[in-house]
Amino acid sequence: MLHIKCPHCGIRSQNEFSYGGDATIKRPELGKEISDQDWDNFVYNRKSLRGKHWELWQHLSGCRQWIKVQRDTATHEIFKTLKANEEIS
Amino acid sequence: MTQSFRLESGGLINRDKKISFKFNGKNYFGYEGDTLASALIANGVHLIGRSFKYHRPRGFFGAGVDEPYAIVQLYRNGETEPNIKATEQELFEGLEAKSVNCWPSVNFDIGAINNFLKIFLPAGFYYKTFMWPKSFWYKIYEPFIRRAAGLGTASIKHDKERYEHKYEYCDVLITGSGPSGLASAYSAAKNGAKVILAEDKSRFGGTLLTSEVNIGNQSGKEWADSIISELKEMPNVTVKNRSQVFGYYDHNMLVMSERISDHLPKTKKFHPKQRLWYIRAKEVLISSGSIERPIVFGNNDTPGVMLSSAAKEYMKVYGVLVGKKPLVFTNNDSGYETAIEFKKNGIDPIILDTRKEPQSEIIEEAKNMNINIKNSYVVVAAQGYKKVKSADIAKISDNKEELGSIENIECDCICVSGFWTPTIHLASQSGNKTKFNEDIDAFVPGISKQNEKTLGAANGIYTLEETLKDSFEKGNQLSKKITNNENKVSFPNVVEKKSTVHDKFWCVPLPKGKNYKRFLDFQNDVAVSDIEIALKEGYRSIEHVKRYTTLGMATDQGKTSNLNGLQLVSKIENKVVPAVGHTTFRPPYSPVSIGAIVGREVGKHSKPTRKSPMHSWHEKNNAVFVDAGVWLRPRYYKRGEENLFEASKREAKNVRTNVGVCDVTTLGKIDIKGPDAAELLNRVYTNAWLKLPVGKARYGVMLREDGIVMDDGTTTRISENHYHMTTTTAQAANVLSHLEYYLQLVWPELNVNVVSTTEQWAGAAIAGPKSRELLKKLFPKSDVTNEGLPFMGYMEGDLFGVKAKIFRISFSGELAYEVNVESDNGYFMWEKIIEAGEEFGIQPYGTEALSTLRIEMGHVAGSELDGRTIPYDNSLEGLLSKKKDFIGKRSLSRRAFAAEDRQKIVGVVPLDKKTSIPEGSHLVKDANAPLPNPKLGYISASCWSVEHDNPFSLAILKDGKNMIGEKLFVMSPLKNKVIPVEIVSSHYVDPKGERVRS
Ligand SMILES: [Zn+2]
Repeated sequence: MLHIKCPHCGIRSQNEFSYGGDATIKRPELGKEISDQDWDNFVYNRKSLRGKHWELWQHLSGCRQWIKVQRDTATHEIFKTLKANEEIS
Repeated sequence: MTQSFRLESGGLINRDKKISFKFNGKNYFGYEGDTLASALIANGVHLIGRSFKYHRPRGFFGAGVDEPYAIVQLYRNGETEPNIKATEQELFEGLEAKSVNCWPSVNFDIGAINNFLKIFLPAGFYYKTFMWPKSFWYKIYEPFIRRAAGLGTASIKHDKERYEHKYEYCDVLITGSGPSGLASAYSAAKNGAKVILAEDKSRFGGTLLTSEVNIGNQSGKEWADSIISELKEMPNVTVKNRSQVFGYYDHNMLVMSERISDHLPKTKKFHPKQRLWYIRAKEVLISSGSIERPIVFGNNDTPGVMLSSAAKEYMKVYGVLVGKKPLVFTNNDSGYETAIEFKKNGIDPIILDTRKEPQSEIIEEAKNMNINIKNSYVVVAAQGYKKVKSADIAKISDNKEELGSIENIECDCICVSGFWTPTIHLASQSGNKTKFNEDIDAFVPGISKQNEKTLGAANGIYTLEETLKDSFEKGNQLSKKITNNENKVSFPNVVEKKSTVHDKFWCVPLPKGKNYKRFLDFQNDVAVSDIEIALKEGYRSIEHVKRYTTLGMATDQGKTSNLNGLQLVSKIENKVVPAVGHTTFRPPYSPVSIGAIVGREVGKHSKPTRKSPMHSWHEKNNAVFVDAGVWLRPRYYKRGEENLFEASKREAKNVRTNVGVCDVTTLGKIDIKGPDAAELLNRVYTNAWLKLPVGKARYGVMLREDGIVMDDGTTTRISENHYHMTTTTAQAANVLSHLEYYLQLVWPELNVNVVSTTEQWAGAAIAGPKSRELLKKLFPKSDVTNEGLPFMGYMEGDLFGVKAKIFRISFSGELAYEVNVESDNGYFMWEKIIEAGEEFGIQPYGTEALSTLRIEMGHVAGSELDGRTIPYDNSLEGLLSKKKDFIGKRSLSRRAFAAEDRQKIVGVVPLDKKTSIPEGSHLVKDANAPLPNPKLGYISASCWSVEHDNPFSLAILKDGKNMIGEKLFVMSPLKNKVIPVEIVSSHYVDPKGERVRS
């Protein structure tokens, strides 16, 4: 079970969190024209990386904040966690 | 029965306390401190079961967790448990155990016929033979295999015992209390670290209990005892026996099972039977020791053939002889220690050493004791069926390939030592890249992935002095890092006998003309010949060989067999062992009871039960409840002898003719506040929200980004910046997360707060033509006329002194209202509604009537919004705003979603107006078309229409738009039904929606 550092609450066990997918995907702006391909990339296409990956988790049974977590998908090592409003550097 | 194999004295058992127990129906005695195995051996019982595949007789092979044979069915305090190792089960008064794997009895076992047919049972036999003919599998093969195989019977009764879970954090977790565990725990504890020391067995000390060593002028056992008692006194140390750390998971989380009551006749009051510990450790020191490996020879599975270390442990710990004419067969010095122990107890052993001229202190001692030692000798085969009677032995050539002439010598046990295999399971589970150590022919931990270090024998260090030095040091270093404290422990003086190198020999060649079975895996009956066949048939990867032959796949996970299996593959394949690699170690290290894993989450505790504030009223009024997610909801209110069908029909009909009331507390409710609340709603719902006036409700549908309908419900504008959203019961939590996602990550600029208020409000839906009359009585001060409170209107009211929210919304298609009050007033509200409604013929209605009402109205719910449908499919396309963008809108223009013949919701009526249509059935054009019959759609929900008094269903049908009036067939292969039906509009009642506005 992973140990995730919520930037608001501190280190908590994985079972307090729910997974939310790739954190680098940006939702296209509302009302903007967008090609089928770009929309498909936003909705469906993911890289499914092996290695370092920025992903979203929600601290569901805690502060309910969505957070950004940099995790190695192969080793599960967690390098960094950010608040929702902090930019991935 | 006398304990004819019990020594006069010695051992760590309590001879003052006799314990009686039963094995296979016979009464025996043992002593306090015995295991079931040691007590049985003391009583001369050596036959304990039958093997899994060939049903060959099985005795004892080890003395602990590595035991592959002695698995019994245990009976304790009216309960029974399978898969118990007799070598681990401590004896208690009244213990009962039975053999497994034998039918009808252990002495006469019909399955043993497999042994004589063994030519037909090579590797992969099950795969090859029982696959054909296919029809034989269920009727003939499977019942036969099930009858003959298995490791006992699981109880089908409810387990009355309590199991607990515990979460713990520590600085250093140490797994095993042998020399390395004790030394490292001691130095870590002295530095002030929070230490947990876990010992699998009941006694602390590991090999110190059985080895002839001296530490600081104390015997090994005395030293262990003194360290343990000192550790127990320290407040920063937790010492646990009967506690096995069986799994190493991510981020240094380990799981340990503590067997609190298994050694007692009965679990004490307020005690659990077992406790599962989830431990987060900053550092883990693996001190799990090593397990002796067998040497492979003919009939090496005969009862009486066992590990030499086990024979020694039975003598030194339990005061029990495993035999009176022992043969010790060894390739290293460990066998000598066992022989010396026999000799000390007045028994004359014979040592067969595969080495030519080994020399060491230990060997010298054996020679001085006049023990008969035969060098360059091997056991070719054990003889005897249910117990070893003699051994065929022979000289072996220096290249270990030629056998000399066979001699037969009498013996009643063969104690085997093929050197030691480090127990690397936990290290391997942690992700450690293990490496092969040529010196000990075994894998040892390599590069750590997590914060773990392996000590002593588990790391391939086999001398006590080196082990202690390393362990004191590691315990000190790691704890110092955490506590910034250092209290160096002075290193004790260590005396141990020096040993010499072992012989890499591990498998005795077959003598000419003999075809003895030489077993590698003793629990799954995998012999050398099976591996040979697998390789001949082209299996190469060790993972494939393992699965094909089942080597190492039994409940002992190959603790005694893996390495010899690898040696064999590497020999045949002419590869070095590290190139073959070992199979993956997975938790648990040893079987764990399901009860311990489940813990307290059993039955009603397996999930929370949510009840509405009106629950007790429902109970008093004969409600029959149904699980709705975690909620308990009344399904119907039973009157007299009514069944579900009759009751729900009555309740639904009463809504259509009079008035009904339904508990809708379970609906998800989300409070939305802030200046941008309307903007948020406008983005998450498909329809327009910016112009909704205060005091009005609106129905809305929300989509996922992929265009699929996520949820629907009404949201009401309570005041300028305050909205009350309702969701379906099932999606309440998901919708909240969904809103939080967009507010926190996508549109943080929106100034809105959302919070769940599901529990804060109790809700009652009042529906039916007489509902307004009822409402007038409930809220005499409010104007609830059609003008004062029109359809989709909202107002606050005073319900006999209680503040209430009144929404004019309808799920049933009738004139209807929903009244919400604060939860604490829910019961009061409900009673008032029932009381006031009496004159209008009010009846409460449950979820079944609720379904009926919504189905015949064509109002979609969970069975249509099933994660596969878009708004069009549910005839909700009228709610899609063309003027604004919203979540998921772009997806709706994808080709499949915009297809002309896209599926759409329709109504379905059986032509005979009688036959009920099973939910989930398929719609087809031609009932007699050849299979696979093209499916046009499926039945999503069925009811008995109370309006039309005939069955009615909703279906999602291909090109549904153009199918109204068509005649199709409903097919349910499950229920074996074919029903001719007509497709009608999904709005079967009041298609113009006049009633809700009346
Ligand atoms: Zn948090």
